[in-house]
Amino acid sequence: MFDVAIIGAGVIGGMIARELSVYELKICMLEAENDVGRGSSSANSAIVHAGFDAKPGTLKARFNVEGSGMMERVCADLGVKYKKNGSIVVGFGEEDRKTLEELLERGRRNGVRELYIAEKEELHAMEPGLAEDADCALVAPTGAIVCPYELTFAAVGNAMDNGAELLLNFEAEKIEETGSGKDAYYTVEAKDGRKIEARNIVNSAGLYSDAIAEMAGCGTFKITPRRGEYMLLDKTSGNACSCTIFRTPTKMGKGILISPTVDGNLLLGPTSVNIDDKEDFSVTAEGLDRIIAQVRREMPKVNTGSVITSFCGLRAVGDTGDFIINNPKRGFFNAAAIESPGLTSSPAIARYVAELIRDSGLEMKKKDNYIATRRAYHWFRELDKEERNKVIAKEPEYGHVICRCENITEGEILNAIRQNPRATDIDGVKMRTRAQMGRCQGGFCGPHIVKMMAEFMGVPILSLTKKGKGSFMNIQKTK
Amino acid sequence: MKRKITCIICPKGCEIEADNTSGELVISGYACTRGKRYAETEVTCPMRTLTTTVRLPNGRMLPVRTDSPIPKSMLFECMNRVAEIKLEPVRYAVGDIIKRDICGTGANLISSSSWDPVAGI
Amino acid sequence: MQDGKTEEMNFEEKTVDFRYDIVIIGGGPAGMSAAVQAYEDGSRSILIIEREKRLGGILKQCIHPGFGLEMYKEELTGPEFAARIAAKVREYGIKCMMSTMVLDVDQQLRVTATSSELGVFTVQAKAVVLAMGCRERPRGALNTPGTRPAGVYTAGAAQYFVNMYGYLPGKEVVILGSGDIGLIMARRMTLEGAKVKAVCEVMPYSGGLARNIEQCLNDFGIPLMLSHTVIEVHGKERLTGVTIAQVENVPGAGRVPVKGTEQYIPCDTLLLSVGLIPENELTVKCGIKLDPATKGAAVDQDRQTEIPGIYSCGNVLHVHDLADFAAQEARIAGAAAAKRVRELDRAEKEGAVEGENEPEKKIRIGLKTDGKVRYVVPQFITAREDVNVFYRVSDVFDAPQLTVTVENNAKDADGSATGEGTETLLKKKYLKLAPGTMQSVTLKKEMLERCTDGGTIKFGLS
Repeated sequence: MFDVAIIGAGVIGGMIARELSVYELKICMLEAENDVGRGSSSANSAIVHAGFDAKPGTLKARFNVEGSGMMERVCADLGVKYKKNGSIVVGFGEEDRKTLEELLERGRRNGVRELYIAEKEELHAMEPGLAEDADCALVAPTGAIVCPYELTFAAVGNAMDNGAELLLNFEAEKIEETGSGKDAYYTVEAKDGRKIEARNIVNSAGLYSDAIAEMAGCGTFKITPRRGEYMLLDKTSGNACSCTIFRTPTKMGKGILISPTVDGNLLLGPTSVNIDDKEDFSVTAEGLDRIIAQVRREMPKVNTGSVITSFCGLRAVGDTGDFIINNPKRGFFNAAAIESPGLTSSPAIARYVAELIRDSGLEMKKKDNYIATRRAYHWFRELDKEERNKVIAKEPEYGHVICRCENITEGEILNAIRQNPRATDIDGVKMRTRAQMGRCQGGFCGPHIVKMMAEFMGVPILSLTKKGKGSFMNIQKTK
Repeated sequence: MKRKITCIICPKGCEIEADNTSGELVISGYACTRGKRYAETEVTCPMRTLTTTVRLPNGRMLPVRTDSPIPKSMLFECMNRVAEIKLEPVRYAVGDIIKRDICGTGANLISSSSWDPVAGI
Repeated sequence: MQDGKTEEMNFEEKTVDFRYDIVIIGGGPAGMSAAVQAYEDGSRSILIIEREKRLGGILKQCIHPGFGLEMYKEELTGPEFAARIAAKVREYGIKCMMSTMVLDVDQQLRVTATSSELGVFTVQAKAVVLAMGCRERPRGALNTPGTRPAGVYTAGAAQYFVNMYGYLPGKEVVILGSGDIGLIMARRMTLEGAKVKAVCEVMPYSGGLARNIEQCLNDFGIPLMLSHTVIEVHGKERLTGVTIAQVENVPGAGRVPVKGTEQYIPCDTLLLSVGLIPENELTVKCGIKLDPATKGAAVDQDRQTEIPGIYSCGNVLHVHDLADFAAQEARIAGAAAAKRVRELDRAEKEGAVEGENEPEKKIRIGLKTDGKVRYVVPQFITAREDVNVFYRVSDVFDAPQLTVTVENNAKDADGSATGEGTETLLKKKYLKLAPGTMQSVTLKKEMLERCTDGGTIKFGLS
């Protein structure tokens, strides 16, 4: 019997698990996919929003500003790449200026610090790559960038280091309540027949959080997937700008952002289209064309030809216009409809959900042996020659480079397979280590990594997948 | 019948014409005698060198090939035969005969690489 | 990483762990050939650094025949061809560090590398030869719409799975791009029991060799669909199919799909053979500028880059049609590296001040192209000797004429040339020129004697 079962191990579920793992509680995370953070948590803008965007008084506004303030510390504790590069919202002409002034006012009401409007000269000094006719911008120095999937891995991993359990490929299908009062508990049954019992359930199932609420008998909201397509450019384009650059929102929407990533690439996107299919992660030709056209308008010199990959994320958009974070029935907690600025808000949401759970009467006593920090995935890469050689003397795998584009060693890959949460498929290794994320996209190291994983995990090569389920890398032995 | 043949003997890839309308085979358009010979065989019995692999005891593959061309029509038959070969954990060198007279083609299957069972490479 | 601290290692303070006269980065056909030539020219302190366990580079997985016709006058498979050169490397006792990855090369000719055995270490050289080869363009570079399932591989990755590990990555295959690796893999997958449904080529002609279209596609009835490309990828977990369409060349927009020509092909595997790119990360990091046309370093007739003592050869310099050509080019670099070491040693013996014993400065004549000729190698000439210039054209041309002219520099700093103004050096007619076939012409010593220092030799087609 678990004290808390968290359904959905994305950045929200992971952060909540981490927050709860401070206490003497038995916690499990139930994840439908073969790895954590495979949904919206890994395909988003990777931005720590300053908080000027959300409507004052909403949960979005509150948790955005709170989360933005917490993020730097959280990332430091968890060894996650974070950079306070600042955000700017660029305006072209008088119409935009009016909107920017409204945003400035809204931001101040939300409690965002250091906001101001920069004029043309300052703006172009800040970002020389901007189109000539960009004439003003809202500047948010507290805006930052973070590696979103690393944040998810680290949050989940930290919770696991503190005793939380993770069940993968656990696709919840049925939730039943047994008993009443203090003895009441839920049984969650997965598609494959596995069952777990828990006194409390947190619903952080992203796109499927409406279905989970429905299973628990409190389906009061609906989630619509909103497609956001992105293009990731090579590191040669990574210094096109230093801030995250937003376009002034219009009636047509928020527009495409241009942002450096913490790894030195340039991210362009997202598009924004409501769709029906929660599994439709396809990138469209129209979407890519739209990104390219908008980027050309804002920063004409960006070389969109240096794209390494394009991908699609689905935002879980609720029908209330705000995050849905509540306790609709005994022992059941929603952390749902977490669209943008969900990543930024995640630590604040987690803290709030933990409070909701405590307020509902669960006894929460702090652990004596709580581990607050975690070693970064990229720790080895930051060492100098002498320090590296000390590591290599003990663990020779750290001397052997497997991924030649990103110079990732065998040691780092093995670490990704060993460290919580363990990578069990090819994309899992890729997202944790960056191996296969460079220019050749796994053309050289892909086969080596498949073999290494099979050997280390003691499974046949044929059983290895790109991203779980039926995504097999190889079909049969040749002979 | 007139037939265009792309020569596969060397990277030049000459377009050779084979014409037997006169009752006698006339080859034209070749740049060397090997090309001429290739075109002659191509109209009678097309021949190809088979290159493939055989599984080594440690699970890796040993590249192999036929030491002379075999009839094109027998490529798959030979592939099936190759799949049955079990290699001993001994040292292999380039040119070692792996299977004599494969499928009665007269060609030997030979190793086209080396392998050392101790080093595993 | 907090607040943008660089992730790259700081190699500024280097302690030199080893010294070799010539350090060669890469143990493929080019690297090995450079080493062999340097040895034959008298060098005895040569180090090859190879990232894999075994010499041979990409040839290890190229088990098909087609190698060696130029160099050995007989047809060999990739491993056999590699073994021939490797036998020389062994015979000469040239030192090879295996499973060792070079992390950094600097302009002071210090090479920093890492291996499990030695950890991170630095080698001081008198000459460095870059021979890292090339890699395939991945899918991302194509930005294909659709999903991101398993089953999309570069042809080379599939080749590795099949030939090195003995696993078949798929059973029903579509190949995008008709480069030679794609063609070779069409045959290889077919022989191993897969069904190759089509090879799509976006251009109206194939970049592969005619013999490979014949023996890899036609032999097995695999259709080659010219002016076709993959416009969408389908499948959630594993690839389930691709949509292909015909393309037409629209001025200003490039090759765009033609509406109404879309067709869906069910398949579980998409192999990409859409071009090779020289692997020049180390070169760029070292501060050597790349030629945008070759995507390799700009070099002189000795394959020396702008940095004295750093040479580049083989597919890292420009992508060759045949491994034979890459290996032959490497001999030029190997010989030049050996010569440089000899000159440095002689200067040292004669008591030159340390650091000032770089060989004397030479003339410089630039080589330019007109666009129809897409690139030339070398990109500049520093000595008036016979120079074999390799070039590649940008499109298919019927009955073209190559014209090589020189625009002389009025202020000839060196004063030993006789030329002035613009004059034609040579003209050569061809039946046909295509991008897939590298060409070469020789600029004779006499021609170069008509070119002034600072002048420009232009390669044009008409």
